[in-house]
Order: sequence, then structure tokens, then C-alpha cells
Amino acid sequence: MAEKCKSCELFDSGHRACGGCGASLAARLVTKAAGPETIVVSSTGCMEVFSTPYPETAWKVPWIHSLFENAAAVASGIEASLKKQGRKEKIVIMAGDGATFDIGMITISGAFERGHDFTYICYDNEAYMNTGIQRSGATPYDASTTTSPAGSHSFGNKRPKKDMPAILAAHGAPYVATASIAYPADLMQKVEKAINTPGPCYVQVHAPCCTGWGFEGEQTIAIAKLAIETGLWPNFEMIDGKVTKVKKIVRKPVTEYLKTQKRFRHLFKPKQQDVEIAAIQAIADRNAEKYGLDIKLPPKKE
Amino acid sequence: MMQITEGSFAVAEAVRLCRPQVVSAYPITPQTHIVEALADFVANGTLDAEYITVENELSALSACVGASAAGSRTYSATTSQGLMLMAEVVFNAAGMRLPIVMSIANRAMGAPLSIWNDMQDSIALRDAGWLQFYAEDNQEATDLHYIAYRVCEDHKVLLPAFVCFDGFILSHTYEPIDMLTQEDVDKYLPKFSPPERLDAADPVSFGMYATPEYYLEFRYEHDKAVKGAREIIAEAGKEFKALFGRDYSAMVEGYRLEDAETVIVAMGSICGTVKDAIDEMREAGKNVGLLKIRVFRPFPSEEVAKALKGAKCIAVLDKNISLGAKGATALEVKDALYGSMVPVLNYILGLGGRDVRKRDIKEIVARAEKGQGDQFYGLRTEVL
Repeated sequence: MAEKCKSCELFDSGHRACGGCGASLAARLVTKAAGPETIVVSSTGCMEVFSTPYPETAWKVPWIHSLFENAAAVASGIEASLKKQGRKEKIVIMAGDGATFDIGMITISGAFERGHDFTYICYDNEAYMNTGIQRSGATPYDASTTTSPAGSHSFGNKRPKKDMPAILAAHGAPYVATASIAYPADLMQKVEKAINTPGPCYVQVHAPCCTGWGFEGEQTIAIAKLAIETGLWPNFEMIDGKVTKVKKIVRKPVTEYLKTQKRFRHLFKPKQQDVEIAAIQAIADRNAEKYGLDIKLPPKKE
Repeated sequence: MMQITEGSFAVAEAVRLCRPQVVSAYPITPQTHIVEALADFVANGTLDAEYITVENELSALSACVGASAAGSRTYSATTSQGLMLMAEVVFNAAGMRLPIVMSIANRAMGAPLSIWNDMQDSIALRDAGWLQFYAEDNQEATDLHYIAYRVCEDHKVLLPAFVCFDGFILSHTYEPIDMLTQEDVDKYLPKFSPPERLDAADPVSFGMYATPEYYLEFRYEHDKAVKGAREIIAEAGKEFKALFGRDYSAMVEGYRLEDAETVIVAMGSICGTVKDAIDEMREAGKNVGLLKIRVFRPFPSEEVAKALKGAKCIAVLDKNISLGAKGATALEVKDALYGSMVPVLNYILGLGGRDVRKRDIKEIVARAEKGQGDQFYGLRTEVL
């Protein structure tokens, strides 16, 4: 394994991301954790566009972008090539949720089934942000996007998020984790673990998008934290398909998270939609139950 | 060494001798015998390559993109529906200037579904910026693979290539073929050493995003490279001839063109049938010749114009059609002859595996000489 480079920046400044962009922070933390002996494969999306406007590039590691849906297949080819050449660089895919949950699903399934040695990072900002905030399979229940707008006959996106970590664990991925830009040390540790685990590994990073979700750029970290604290983003680790580590929380009601973002504004204005909010609370409750998120506090004294 | 072998196997053997380091393919009729043979070679240690059995054609070529960018010689093969599924990657690989070689066992496009031969598949992607070679027989199909790697990997070219040969008609036919040896091919084809590759020791970014300030220039450079490949094809062909005797230095090939009044223009295996028909017509006193087009991209306009000088009537056979217009070869030939008064008549034939016989060629010549053309040839009467 190559020498790590915790102090060096491999995703450089000068890129064109919005102030407060969660995805750019994810890129910075992931490359820091991966180190310079890494080849990055990007799918088409916000990150690809804001980081490589020709003739500039923010990537100080070798980087390739081919298409929207094929990053896992391109990575498969790179892995085969490195193997043949006896080279030791690690391969990291950086793909958005649209590329991962939707259009790239077949190529991801194929590459995970074949068992190539790479780390797949999905920076999950929960919609197609590059094309103007359209819903994806990662968009949460009731989020208003430009293709799932809230209106007099709609509360926004009609379905909950697809469970990608479970799908990839079912492929036999040896290491699957969720992480958040709000917890950089945890994120970097997970990326390192994924990179050092042979075979196809998956880390899904929650990366709030101020433009797409509708909040001020300085709120990015706070909102990412609230997603975890409300149980809407369970932060966990799976080894060989079994959950081995979970971030435990003293849960806050989901309204504390929902109220911070314009994409959920229709749940509170012009009047509070209690039935819908209860449905979202139920999603958080199910997450808490499934992953054992809740810290059991000692019973209060009378 | 001469051996009687199946076209697909001979192509696989030629590819093996080119020592690809990464092979990535998905099975589709009539390409399967090639990829099965390559899998066998890897399983038995006669080909030292990583063989990636992908889940579809889009991934087949995508894996080649990754492997080629990382510095390996790569190979894939497909046809028809498979080629269309990978079409997005076809453009992408060329734009990134990755010298991937891919065999196309030419097959018709659905609907209706047809597994049989025509050239609609590769012709549909003529604008993708790949070189396109078309083989007349299996000797040519094998030899063009050595030449394709040599040309594509030349630093003045750096482009991918289709080596096209007719599905079933060539891919599943046994013919005597002079196979080169490993020593021969090693002498002819240098090791792959691209000027840029994905390498942590010298990081570069591949496949960036170009704004309107830059995109046009990328296309200009790409077009220049495709056109410039003609010189490298000539060089590679000459050296091939010097080493092995067969001459592929020209992008077109004439057959009995001297004093020919009617000239047939064609590509692929149909040229063999045309040659036999010409011999018979010549014996009957007709001055007929053939201009075979071996390289369709870059298109050899000057060579075509030169070869057709003196012809009184030109019949272009197309196993493809740009529906609503004409066959692709006819359009190119007309462009090459712009300003000439010689009639260029187009015949769309052989689509979806319809057999084309010597008597059909003779009938086409008769029609061309009467000025009847720009038509589908050999239609069942009930549609007329």
C-alpha cells in the first residue's frame, strides 16, 4: 500500500463547485484517505463537470471520465490492465446517485458480480443536480424536485430511497458502508477500509446540495448532521453482508431536518401536512429499528 | 503457413498473435466463435490476457476504454444490436483517442430481427471517428487485424478501428488461410506504448469537459487524425507486403479496371462474387471492372476518383441504406466524383442476408447500362 498523504490535497482548489457543496468536500476527503497511488474514475455529473473544465483539472491523481453509466465497467478494465502490468495503484470510482442508483445499475451489478478490486464511492446528493434537480432513485420520500414537484395533487417524490447498500451487499461485496461529510474522520476511515479490502467495495456518502435542496451554503454540515441525528441517514458498516458498526444517536424528530430545506417546504406551508410527516417519521423509525440506531437512555427518575 | 480454418477462428488466432492484454466482450451471433476461441486461448495459456466477461456490450467497450487508458492493448468484438448498445461508448473511445481494435461480424439491424449479414451496423457508426476496414475474404479479415493494431497505435494516429467482415458469409466459412507466426507478428507489431496513460507517477485527466471555447478544436484534431491515418495505412501496408507478400497499402483495390466501361463499386465479401461475374462478362466481351473499397474511414475519395476516371457508368452496391436517402458507399462515391458527368447508380441489395449471386451482378450491370438504378435490387414481387 502506498504511503498515505493525510496532509496533502489531491482534490485541489479552483474547481467550479458552489460554495457549500457537499460533493466537493466528499471528493477532497476521499482522495485524502485514498492517497496519491490512486486512479479515480468519475461518472458524468456535477463533480465531473465542476472539477475538469478543459484545460483545467482539480484532480492531482490520475483521473478518467468516460460516460454517465459506465464508471464501474471502465474501472473493471483499468483493474484488469493494472493486474496485467503488475501495477499496484488503487482504483476509486466517484459517481453521483443518479449514475449509481439509476443509469449505472447494470454496469455496477456486473462489475460487483465479477468481483473486481475497486472502491465505489457514491456521493449521494439525492437527485440529478447537474441537469437541474430532477428526482433519482436516491431521492427521499416527499422531496420536491423539478420532476417530482410538490403541487396541489402531489407531495413530491412518491417513493422512498432505493436501498443500494443492501443491493450491493447481496452481490457479495465484502465491504459496504454509508458515511457522511459531516463526520470526516469516520468517512476517511471507511474509505481506507474499503480500499484495503480486496474486491468490490461500496461507500455511500451523504453529500447535501445547497442548490438542489434549498439551504444556505454555510448550513451543509449542520444539515448532514441532522440527517443522521433524525435517523433518516443511518451511518453503518457491513462486512460480508453483516452490519458490524452503526452510529448510535439520541434521535431527534424528523421535522428538525425537514424544516431546514426548501425541498420539504410544502410539508409545512401553507399548512403542516401531519400525515406526510408521520410517514417520513415512520421511515426514520424503521431505520432505527433495522440498524439499532437509538441510544437507550436510562429511564428518567420520577 | 496455409491452413483451412473458419473465419472466426482465424480472426481469433490473428488477435491472439497481436498479444492483447485485456479482452472484453459479450456474446452475440455471429460474433460468438471469435470470443469463444479467445476464451479458450486464455484458459489454455496460449494467450496471456485478462478476459473480462461483461454483462453487456456497453460494458464490453467501456472496459476496453479503461484498460486502454491504463496502458494495455485491448480487443473486443461485436455486431449489430450489440454495436448499437455500445454506440455511446464507440463515440467516447474515439474522442479519447484510445486505439482499441474491435472486430465487427457484420449483421443486419432490427426490427425485424435478423441475425444475417448486411453492413447496416458498422455503417450506422461511420461518423463515430473510428477507422473502418472491410474484408473481402478471411485472409484479408485476419491480416487487417495486424494492420489495424499497427495503424491505430501509431502516435500520429491514436484512434480505434473496426475490422469488419461479413457475418456468417465470412465468419462461419472455412477457407485456406496463410496464418502468420508469433515471430512474424512480433516483428511487425511493436509493443503498445501510448504517449499518455493513467499512471500515479504522472497524473493526467482523461475525458474532460469542454466548453464551446474548446470543443470545436477537439473535433478538428480528431478529423485531422482520421484523415491523416491514410498515410500510416499506406506505410503499414507497404511494410506488411515487404514482410509477408500481401499488399494492403492502398485503401481501394481495382479488379480488371483497365478499359472498363462499367465499373461496380463494392465492399466486403460480395467482391468475390463480383469478380467471378466480371470474369464471365469479360469472356462474353463486356468491359466490366470492380473497384473494391477496403477502407471506408477515412474515405479514400481521391483514390476512388482516380480509379473511376474513364468509366462510362458506375454501379455502386450497398448492403446498407440511409433510409430516405441512398446507400452509404453511393453517397461517398458521388461526393468523390462531384463535377463528373458519369452516371452513378446505386443498388441496395443483400440486406438481412439475402443471397447475391453472379447472375444478380450481371443483371445489375445490364440495368446500369440502361440507366436503371437507385433502387432496391431483388425485391419479392408482392411489395412492388
